[in-house]
Amino acid sequence: MIASQEQWVRFTPRQRLVRFSWYFGIVAALVFSARNVEIIPEFLYDAPEQVADLVSRMWPVAWDYYPTSVHAVMIETLHIATLGTIITILLAVPVGFLAARNITRSTTLNYLAKLILVSSRSVNSMVWALLFVAVFGPGAMAGTMAIAFRSIGFVGKLLAEALEEAHPGPIEALQAAGAPWISTVTKGYWPQIQPAFWSIALFRWDINVRESAVLGLVGAGGIGTALDASMSLFDWDRVAVILISIFTVVMLAEVVVTQLRKRII
Amino acid sequence: MSEARSGRMVALGRPNWLVRAGWVALGVYVVYAGSLLNVTWDRFVIGLAHGAEFIGRMFPPNVSRLELLFSDMTESLEIAIIATFFGVILSLPVGLLAARNLMPVWVTWPARLFIAVCRSFHPVIVAILFVKAVGFGALAGILALIVASIGFIGKLFAEAIEEISLKQVEAVRASGAPFMNVITFGVLPQVLARFIGFCTYQLDSNLRNSTMVGIVGAGGIGGTLFAAFQRFDYDFVCTILIAIIAVIMVAEVGTQRLRQVFQ
Repeated sequence: MIASQEQWVRFTPRQRLVRFSWYFGIVAALVFSARNVEIIPEFLYDAPEQVADLVSRMWPVAWDYYPTSVHAVMIETLHIATLGTIITILLAVPVGFLAARNITRSTTLNYLAKLILVSSRSVNSMVWALLFVAVFGPGAMAGTMAIAFRSIGFVGKLLAEALEEAHPGPIEALQAAGAPWISTVTKGYWPQIQPAFWSIALFRWDINVRESAVLGLVGAGGIGTALDASMSLFDWDRVAVILISIFTVVMLAEVVVTQLRKRII
Repeated sequence: MSEARSGRMVALGRPNWLVRAGWVALGVYVVYAGSLLNVTWDRFVIGLAHGAEFIGRMFPPNVSRLELLFSDMTESLEIAIIATFFGVILSLPVGLLAARNLMPVWVTWPARLFIAVCRSFHPVIVAILFVKAVGFGALAGILALIVASIGFIGKLFAEAIEEISLKQVEAVRASGAPFMNVITFGVLPQVLARFIGFCTYQLDSNLRNSTMVGIVGAGGIGGTLFAAFQRFDYDFVCTILIAIIAVIMVAEVGTQRLRQVFQ
């Protein structure tokens, strides 16, 4: 064995220290949480009975409840998701343009746009719904606005990233030909970001269908209102109908989005 | 690909009536759906007045109940951490079972259905069911977020496994390795980096949702937030919201660092 032979090590000592402190931190957080969290064991012993009770009360499913009370709010849910997504796009496009560093050359404006995007994402859609219920009163209007404001961050961020990735060649060519700003956008950027744009919009719509199903729990319209009403009355057979219809619609939305993505992109 | 491109080039000159019809249909839909919302100008103006009053009552933020805020926020964080841990552990086998290139159809089909069920319900809805099953409190929130984690990580993990190169798997198999070794030495090294990425995303998402499951009584700060809303304590609502946003932003930076270190 040669004494001077250097052995290859995967990580530098500093990297190892950092990784170890992360491991340590994660384990410490986990142990602290597990010891500190309040779990009442008496409730847990009861759980199998409660689940059996839940299942027996959900069966048979009250199918006749669907046409009378679920269908209308389900359609409302879809309207909330769709209209919310459309409003989001209208609001997010200007913010996305402001956030894209290759289009807006001002750092202050970039940061302002980023701040709008981050605050939109940090507030949960149910909190947005609570806020808008306080403003507009209960109903689908509050739900639509909640979905719209919640999604700005997501759509705007991805849109800004797509704009920043756009190839500068066509834009420079247009500018060299003396094209006005609006033509650079419609003929230079739009064709390049179009596939990303539609995929972002469809993806967000898919998420919004899921999210709009719970907004009714805080009074913001949609199928959540029916869910809330049935649960307050412990009508678990009706809850079962509602859950099955949510599952079906979410699955259908996913299929629609996958098919449309294949066609458009 | 090139054919499609040239086809598009030809179409550039003349108007595409199909696309225009699509835009018109979209406009008609917006007007129709908007009319269902009963948005009138009066309501909008009243709403703005309400909004101004609302914001006025939010400030200055009420800091008299910081202890309650702190203990609830800690509970939210605990829910998120425990749920992510168990969610990650459980989603490993579920994701493996759902990978179509490693497992036979009769295994992947039920696994994929399970993932789809986990994914299609919002954590808050799942939390409702668990509140019924295990009572009010943090445990219901933990279980609900475990379900959400399995849905998200399980799906992405299965997709990642389906994209791996089978050559390494075959090499390990050819050496006579048992099934578990094929997984640990042929499959996992190829997907581990992406798996860590999914886990940190899920930790982020669980933190966000753990502040919400309290609305239906599943522990954490959501219950206090909802109660403050219903009692019109908007100044306390403001404090809670600021705290939630601060925690989420710090967590976002933290998980980003985590990704950088481990990828």
